[in-house]
Amino acid sequence: MIAQADTALLDVQRLSKTYLGRHNLADRLSGRKQTRVQAVSDVSFGVRPGEILGLIGESGCGKSTLGRSILRLHEPSAGKVVFDGVDVTGLDDAAMKAMRRRMQIIFQDPYASLNPRRTVAEIVGLPLKLHGLTKTPTEARDKVVAMVEKVGLKSAHLDRYPHQFSGGQRQRIGIARALVSNPEFIVCDEPVSALDVSIQAQIIELLTDLKQEMGLTYLFISHDISVIGYLSDRVAVMYLGEIVEMGPVESILTGPRHPYTQSLMSAVPEVDAGVRKARVRLTGDLPSPLSPPSGCKFHTRCPLAIDICRRQAPVTERVGNGHQAACHRLNENLSLLDPVGT
Amino acid sequence: MMQNDENTLLEVSGLRTVFDTRAGVVCAVDGVDVTVRRGECLGVVGESGSGKSVTFGSVMGLVRAPGRIDAGSIIFEGQDLRALGPGQMRAIRGRDIAMTMQDALTALNPALTVGEQIREVLEAHDEELPARGAARRRAIRERAVEMLGLVGIPSPGERLRQYPHEFSGGMRQRIMIAIALASRPKLLIADEPTTALDVTIQAQVLELISDIRARLGMSVVLITHDLGVVAEHCERVMVMYAGQVVEQGPTRDVISAPQHPYTKGLLASIPRPALRGERIHPIQGQVPDLIDLPPQCRFYSRCPLAGPDCLKNIAMQPAGPRRMARCIRVENAATRQEAEV
Amino acid sequence: MTAIDNGPAASADPVVNSIFRRNMATFAENRLALGSAVVVLLFVLMAVFAPFIAPHDPNVTDLFRRLQPPAWQEGGDWAYLLGCDALGRDILSRIIYGARISIFVGAAVVLVATTIGIVAGLAAGFLRGWVDTVISRVVDILLGFPYLIFAIGLMAMMGPGLINIILALVYKEWVIPCRVVRGETLATRELEYVEAARALGASSRHIMMREILPNILSPVIVVSTIRMAHVIILEASLSFLGLGVQPPTASWGAMVADGRAFIMQSWWVSTFPGIAILLLVLGINVASQGLRDAFDPRFHE
Ligand SMILES: Nc1ncnc2c1ncn2[C@@H]1O[C@H](COP(=O)(O)OP(=O)(O)OP(=O)(O)O)[C@@H](O)[C@H]1O
Ligand SMILES: Nc1ncnc2c1ncn2[C@@H]1O[C@H](COP(=O)(O)OP(=O)(O)OP(=O)(O)O)[C@@H](O)[C@H]1O
Ligand code: SF4
Ligand SMILES: [Mg+2]
Ligand SMILES: [Mg+2]
Repeated sequence: MIAQADTALLDVQRLSKTYLGRHNLADRLSGRKQTRVQAVSDVSFGVRPGEILGLIGESGCGKSTLGRSILRLHEPSAGKVVFDGVDVTGLDDAAMKAMRRRMQIIFQDPYASLNPRRTVAEIVGLPLKLHGLTKTPTEARDKVVAMVEKVGLKSAHLDRYPHQFSGGQRQRIGIARALVSNPEFIVCDEPVSALDVSIQAQIIELLTDLKQEMGLTYLFISHDISVIGYLSDRVAVMYLGEIVEMGPVESILTGPRHPYTQSLMSAVPEVDAGVRKARVRLTGDLPSPLSPPSGCKFHTRCPLAIDICRRQAPVTERVGNGHQAACHRLNENLSLLDPVGT
Repeated sequence: MMQNDENTLLEVSGLRTVFDTRAGVVCAVDGVDVTVRRGECLGVVGESGSGKSVTFGSVMGLVRAPGRIDAGSIIFEGQDLRALGPGQMRAIRGRDIAMTMQDALTALNPALTVGEQIREVLEAHDEELPARGAARRRAIRERAVEMLGLVGIPSPGERLRQYPHEFSGGMRQRIMIAIALASRPKLLIADEPTTALDVTIQAQVLELISDIRARLGMSVVLITHDLGVVAEHCERVMVMYAGQVVEQGPTRDVISAPQHPYTKGLLASIPRPALRGERIHPIQGQVPDLIDLPPQCRFYSRCPLAGPDCLKNIAMQPAGPRRMARCIRVENAATRQEAEV
Repeated sequence: MTAIDNGPAASADPVVNSIFRRNMATFAENRLALGSAVVVLLFVLMAVFAPFIAPHDPNVTDLFRRLQPPAWQEGGDWAYLLGCDALGRDILSRIIYGARISIFVGAAVVLVATTIGIVAGLAAGFLRGWVDTVISRVVDILLGFPYLIFAIGLMAMMGPGLINIILALVYKEWVIPCRVVRGETLATRELEYVEAARALGASSRHIMMREILPNILSPVIVVSTIRMAHVIILEASLSFLGLGVQPPTASWGAMVADGRAFIMQSWWVSTFPGIAILLLVLGINVASQGLRDAFDPRFHE
């Protein structure tokens, strides 16, 4: 286990989240089974203060669910989330509300994440109001102005509505809203995925600057390995609700151990391509989380799968300094990336 | 500009496509020249809204009100497509040029099975099929199975009877490609075929397109905003910005030594693991509004090299072997970069 | 589907043409809606200022003027423009006063029903769980009854009277805004800005009232105005059946009913209140359609 509970700011312990489908009387009478999507299963990790933990994985693998369960935006089904020594999952409403000031989230969709009927001043000022952080309206306004300027907008923008801004500017508003209450930990749920490349870079720059300035800790979710590789200190790789590999960014980038991570790395189109990389060709599509495969969840697409993979789920093992992976064939030191032609 | 030699499949010049909106005339494509040679893969990159889809939608004759093609010529195999009537255009579309739409997930007809959708294309465009009767039906089925097999759909025979919603996103994207390829077009225009897909699936789809291109000897226009995709799959690249082509040339040259400040900025702002700990240098500011653009370089407001001499219409300038860029400081920029290195 | 697209390729002329036509259509539609709104407004003013506008007391009977025809007909009198009914009451004045009942009932029912509907719909859509189950069941059951028969049954139980009409109609009317609100709430609560508010520590009440409600109000307002026309017809129907406000209070439905017996000889007794109902209902319908177009961004470019 990597999570060192004593030094971690956030410690996620065996967290699971299952979404239950609708199951009303009629369904029950007709004997229909309730659908269950196990979006996150038995995930554990820690995030140290000041660190950026990158979380990467394919669409639908449960990244957002994990981020939201940590903040209890979706109630976890099992497991614990310990933030700064406090078990967040056990808090009552009032204590949770106080905790929310310290843990924030930045969303993916710059259009859906802002209330279209509120001005920028109202949106950014909401956390101050909810937590009673300022005494007078002028003090609140000053704080909002300072924050808005910090994220690169102008105070002249304060009384405009979200639809009057571009995607990148809206994302800045979302960031200002998340940071105005001086939180310590931010879940960044694909904050740049919806943006143009040149705007992406602006937001990434802003997020790294703000992290330095305000001493923040990020859980940075993305499906873009370039972004994760550039930003993160450590990386966790998710596949169908489980973390299959986790470790320092250098080890994950240069020596990925899990077959899925290896195929993920090889699939990234590289701009500075001198030589073409070795390719791991995965066949088949992501299995449905409604009926996940038995044993190792990756076995339906894994080029290395053997009999035991179909029957038994692998356990997470330490494979290097702070580096862990879950695969039956780790010890055989097989690499998909090795000499697969060029 | 290369002249209409044997090797040129498509030649677009001076294309201007506008949209009449309430706010004014949106000049989505303004004076675009494109050349596609036989068998080559041309990458088209650019910011969202830069006119990539509209340019090639114009080539396909798919611009609808409130949009219209205002000027320019579109020559395909020596034939002016703009001069064709709707019927003639329809015959070319699908048979000689096929396009896969940006949103494959909605571009398939949800009410028809995949087999029926492939059959429609074959019925309309394939002249080699037997005239009628059971033989024709069998031939169509065989071709449909072949196409699905070609794009890597397992057990294509049974899959023909399924509806689009029964497939995953990546499979639907591949089915779109199968439909586009059904009539063996000479030119495939793939509009962001992988944007909505995950990297591992994206790699599958792109490799598929490359394979088929090699096998059928067709030309491909690959529209994307991912320079990495272009670097790996296209021989030539065309960079668009605010309705204009700002740079074009062989991919390797453009990426290793970009000439236009926008292309440079784009490359400099891609976060890469190799740049860990260093600052990235994003292009500041935003894309200009396409309504009532003043006669000036469209990149003016964001350009680090901008000066008063940029406040006029800028033409494409030669920028190296087989390369063009729309910037008056092309030489200047090139030397500057060498100085930096 | 591009590959098998059969749409016509755009050429310059038809494009210009269709733009022109579409703008004209939008314009005409807006003018119609505007005109209708003016008609509705006139009816409202008429109801409010009835005592000043009505030429006669609507309840004064004058047997000498029994079934007197409208002014422009043989035997008419310009002081009694639309003629008189079987008790010799001035029809114009009764129509003017009758507008008060129609509009008051329509507005009151829709107002009360919408308020109930918003509260119930928000609770069902936002809180989900058993609250939603209970409210949705009640809504389903109420929707199962035919509206008019349900109202007739209630009126028969409660007896006639203005308040009872309103109650009888509200009993079922709230279901409609409730369903709209529930649906919109279900869609809106999943949006990220609602999630953001929760992440910031906002209470459920704050989220319902401040984040969701303002964003779903426009469809509710549009539906409510459309429903107002229905309610006015229902009130007229109840009055027509003698279950509405009691005589001698003027009500359009009852006036139509009064004239039924003489429809062959004295057509005006039923016809003019009938036209009043038609005009008001039509006006509200067309105006609310304009309202929908204005509110619904899908109708914008
Ligand atoms: N509110 C919900 N109710 C039911 N199922 C859900 C809900 N939210 C997510 N899921 C399911 O849980 C799984 C994980 O979804 P999640 O949104 O966490 O994925 P993700 O990794 O964030 O994907 P993406 O990259 O597309 O955002 C998916 O199968 C999804 O369909
Ligand atoms: N129907 C339309 N009405 C008005 N303007 C339009 C219409 N369709 C496209 N445009 C305008 O044309 C411009 C170019 O759009 P286009 O779809 O070609 O961009 P793109 O480069 O394909 O972008 P993306 O990467 O987002 O697909 C945009 O600025 C858009 O505003
Ligand atoms: S456990 Fe087996 S199936 Fe899973 S990743 Fe390892 S080798 Fe592949
Ligand atoms: Mg997500
Ligand atoms: Mg496009």
